[in-house]
Amino acid sequence: MKGAINITLLPDLPDEVRTAVLEVTTRLRQLPGALLPVLHGVQQALGYIPPDAVPLIARELNLSRADVHGVISFYHYFRSKPPGRHVIHLCRAESCQAMGGATLERHVKQRLDIDFHQTTADGAYTLEPVYCLGNCACSPAMLVDDELVGRLTPARFDAWLAAEKT
Amino acid sequence: MSVTVYIPGDAGALSVGAESVAALIATETARRGIDVNLVRNGSRGLYWLEPLVEVATAAGRIAYGPVRPEDVGSLFDADFLNGGKHSLALGPTEEIPYLKSQQRLTFARVGIVDPRSLDDYRAHGGYRGLDAALVMDAAAIVQQVTDSGLRGRGGAAFPTGIKWKTCLDAPAEQKYIVCNADEGDSGTYADRMVMEGDPFVLIEGMTIAGLAVGATHGYIYLRVEYPHAQRALEAAIASAEAAGYLGGDVRGSGKAFRLEVRMAAGAYICGEETSLLESLEGKRGQVRFKPPLPAIEGLFGQPTVINNVVTLASVPIILDRGAAFYRDYGMGRSRGTLPIQLAGNLKRPALVERAFGLTLRELIDDYGGGTASGRPVRAAQVGGPLGAYLPASQFDTPIDYEAFIAIGGMLGHGGVVVFDDSVDMAAQARYAMEFCAIESCGKCTPCRIGSTRGVEVIDRIVAGDRSERERSEVLLRDLCQTMLDGSLCALGGMAPFPVLSALNHFPEDFSGVTEKAAT
Repeated sequence: MKGAINITLLPDLPDEVRTAVLEVTTRLRQLPGALLPVLHGVQQALGYIPPDAVPLIARELNLSRADVHGVISFYHYFRSKPPGRHVIHLCRAESCQAMGGATLERHVKQRLDIDFHQTTADGAYTLEPVYCLGNCACSPAMLVDDELVGRLTPARFDAWLAAEKT
Repeated sequence: MSVTVYIPGDAGALSVGAESVAALIATETARRGIDVNLVRNGSRGLYWLEPLVEVATAAGRIAYGPVRPEDVGSLFDADFLNGGKHSLALGPTEEIPYLKSQQRLTFARVGIVDPRSLDDYRAHGGYRGLDAALVMDAAAIVQQVTDSGLRGRGGAAFPTGIKWKTCLDAPAEQKYIVCNADEGDSGTYADRMVMEGDPFVLIEGMTIAGLAVGATHGYIYLRVEYPHAQRALEAAIASAEAAGYLGGDVRGSGKAFRLEVRMAAGAYICGEETSLLESLEGKRGQVRFKPPLPAIEGLFGQPTVINNVVTLASVPIILDRGAAFYRDYGMGRSRGTLPIQLAGNLKRPALVERAFGLTLRELIDDYGGGTASGRPVRAAQVGGPLGAYLPASQFDTPIDYEAFIAIGGMLGHGGVVVFDDSVDMAAQARYAMEFCAIESCGKCTPCRIGSTRGVEVIDRIVAGDRSERERSEVLLRDLCQTMLDGSLCALGGMAPFPVLSALNHFPEDFSGVTEKAAT
């Protein structure tokens, strides 16, 4: 009966969220230390980890909600809000700084009219800072979704953005 | 007759247009009816020449670079498929002085082989180290690694053989090999290059480590910022399993070794070994107290060897060629070679694998070619965001673990980030504290609170008048001392290095805004 009570305590979830979470937890719950792989799986499926899904993830992995929430909030990569259609990770680290990273950062923010951790008004781009992309011989760099872009300048960023929009 | 053309699939090369170049070459060869075998190799590491296109000819591989998409037409016109003359022609790749002067042991195959081909790996000396290890007993393998003088290439430089011996001597039903592939230091990319360009060497190194300490399961903890490396590793693991190099019975030895890739989630602190283990266990990446050492009580409480990618990737050649071969390179207590990663404001940023002992000046001037901006070099940060900022007067320091400790710095993972004279060292010091505040795991107070106070104090120094600056500098030095002495791990314990080195070597940058205006 305990299980039944737990279910009633879970917040209502849209069907697609519940299905996505259960697909991931069913597939990965047997892994030792499954929480990070599960959270990656949920974020990959939904683009983010809905706060309302935390109790379900916790129940499926036999963890407390605090455990799950604590892990999500600890890691920069996990997000609790839906991102834009593309996520731009712009490198802020030293090698990129040495190649004009600070100027580029100001330009990108101004061009997209957002700050870090924000999404453009049209929902196209979310901008996130990142501390090294391992492309330090081609600085400055950004990672857009899975695509790495190097030797970036304000002009090249604009050209890239224009090409994306067409 | 088929022509073989190499175009790197390395993330760095792709970031500067290698994919478009590959697509154009494929289209053009198809249009001309030429039978071409397009190999997506790793990068040779000469990044200022990327995308570097190579063609296999009777006279060896001929290089062209950096090739932009608009150069492809003229390359065909110049008959580059037969090594024809072109303004981008670099001659035989192996004869490029930058490459020829290197001593590539760990990177022997990177940029040369097809990283997806196990056959290519074996054809270039791969798995000979494992073959040697399979006929040795565990203690003998550990002895070879100890005798080689190999030290942890992740940054801490702990002798690998001693770590392995500790784990071997710890009795347990289950032991683990964990590869730290959370390469978070700015200015470093050697791990990424190995994983993308020669993933089998890491798999082989981990398998040998498993045999050496009696571990049957391995994890590669890979940073989420490296999607290309993830794909390369997962493909290579699948090939190695299919060929019996991984699994329940490694090469018919009756010994098991399985391997999986686990993705990190963007926390710099998880490059610290104990918080990495916490993260692998599915928890917040908070640092553990030591002891117990991970070699005795590590992942899931079991004895665990945890090593960096380059460390593990250096093991196969040691087992293949013998400890003495590796140990004969290097100086002092730094044996073997170090893949140094040149980054930041340099004309020729690239990977340079050389024996320990060459100087920072040789790296920056001779290899790096000075700054990309053409302005004078002002400072170099060695060893990532926790490494010291060194002024040009210290550039004669040899690449050697002890020599760097002696000048208040560290070699770390071998990253060198160069800055020209436009750099504001007070801003760099502030950034070091800011970075520490963002990435602190929060477990110990000096790091969690000290880093935030550090940012504030530096702001006051820069904004204040002379007396404010003097007061705050005393406070900043005192704060740094507290962090150095009182932090649990290297993040808080070393974040003062860049701050104090900036303050000591470049005090003029900290003179307040008011004074700068007055002068």
